[in-house]
Amino acid sequence: MTRALAALLVRDLKLAGRIGGSGALGLGFFVMLVTVVPFALGPDLNLLARIGPAILWLAAVLATLIGLDRLFQADEEDGSLDLLMHAEAPLELIVVVKGFAHWLTTGLPLALCAPFLGLLIALTPEAMLAVSATLLVGTPALTFIGGVGAALTATMRRGGLLLSVLVLPLMVPTLIFGVSAANAATGGTIPFLTPFLILIALSLLAIVIGTVAAAAALRHGS
Amino acid sequence: MWSLANPTRFMALAGRILPWLAAASAVLLAAGLYLAFFVAPADYQQGETVRIMFIHVPTAWLGLFFYTLMSLSAVGTLVWRHPLADVSQKAAAPIGAAFTFVCLVTGALWGKPMWGTWWVWDARLTSMLVLLLMYLGVMAMWRTVEDPGRAARAVSILTLVGFVNVPIVKFSVDWWNTLHQPASVFRLGGPTIHASMLWPLLVMALAFTLLSAALHLAGMRTEILRRRVRTLSILEAERLDREAA
Amino acid sequence: MGTAHQGFIVASYAITALVIAALILRALIDQRLQARALARLEARGVTRRSQARPAGRPAPEAG
Repeated sequence: MTRALAALLVRDLKLAGRIGGSGALGLGFFVMLVTVVPFALGPDLNLLARIGPAILWLAAVLATLIGLDRLFQADEEDGSLDLLMHAEAPLELIVVVKGFAHWLTTGLPLALCAPFLGLLIALTPEAMLAVSATLLVGTPALTFIGGVGAALTATMRRGGLLLSVLVLPLMVPTLIFGVSAANAATGGTIPFLTPFLILIALSLLAIVIGTVAAAAALRHGS
Repeated sequence: MWSLANPTRFMALAGRILPWLAAASAVLLAAGLYLAFFVAPADYQQGETVRIMFIHVPTAWLGLFFYTLMSLSAVGTLVWRHPLADVSQKAAAPIGAAFTFVCLVTGALWGKPMWGTWWVWDARLTSMLVLLLMYLGVMAMWRTVEDPGRAARAVSILTLVGFVNVPIVKFSVDWWNTLHQPASVFRLGGPTIHASMLWPLLVMALAFTLLSAALHLAGMRTEILRRRVRTLSILEAERLDREAA
Repeated sequence: MGTAHQGFIVASYAITALVIAALILRALIDQRLQARALARLEARGVTRRSQARPAGRPAPEAG
């Protein structure tokens, strides 16, 4: 069973790396968003530095969303989802592996890339580190909350927009604590660790609930 | 209890209860309006605008109540696969969304004279806004899945995930709110409310609850009819198909 | 009652009344539409599955 799951992980990573895969594209979208924001707000570096963590977090949420609609839909279309559902491994584990693969190709690159984008918006080194750390522990929550929406819209032809509508309200707490923790690192009245630990808790909770709900949605969908 | 489980029995029973429920809510609504406008005094702090509270608070309660009702029905759908639970979920969504919307609008109309602005990113208002967004997601989901049974199961999962999310949203918004505007927000209600305000509020809350119960029952009845129409249309189409062959 | 805030009170009650009226109207119209559709189907002799078994059998031969 472990070998089957490992094979699934490798397959999903390979697919994400191919042309049209979500891996590089999500990262590109993230970079675009962060680049576009100063054009709207003006090149005031003080302002950009102050709202920098918020910009990076918003961009991360949106970048996670765009790749999500294909998470189960692609497998549904070519029939591999049926095979996965009849596999020996429980569907929940399959969802975890697929979510993990999605995070490795979307959330992780975003977190690693954030410091370089932080240079563009005049973040201090501490702030860059903090944003990276919060993205690292917070993006799993985004992936797995989004996974529920992806499972619910797997059979829909144009599920992408519906997915965003369903999933964005559920991402509000993650966004709040992610930005709070990143801001707390650069000053403010609260210690960094309080929102950071809550963010980790939210991620763990999202992995559990998101996995169970997405597996249930896939089972009930067919 | 099990006799209720049969949709036909439910139709008959709900049809008999419905007029009484509607009449009771109309009478209570009239009484509540009288109390709200002619008996309740103006608040020494909020002035006449306190009368907005007599609809703001009941609609807030119903917005939360209907989401809870949807979640309970969602459990009924997923665990017992009961058609009445599906129907109850579907009928509840627009009613709950409408009351949440009214709660937000009256909150804004109260806030303008009291806070000097239409909208404050106050913890309670913000949570209600997120609740409204979740209602809209649920309603969008109902509209996109065509088969009623499958739609009910998909919506159930979404509703239950949302139900877990509501307290987390409340908690995080509280945290976020204290972070950004420390203790500047006017507090309403609590045990300080005066009896002359409490009675109109209770009567109005009861009137709105009965009204929404009547709307919910009526919505469930219509939904059962809609399902029958759907089944019969499919049967007829199948028969025509067989005849043509 | 003649305060500057009267407009806000009137507006909130008016909007509430409007939304509730819309809810009631929607319920009534929807009910009427479905009942009519059901009556039309039944008038054409389409019956529910539970009753359709005996009556529905001869349909293929008849057609």
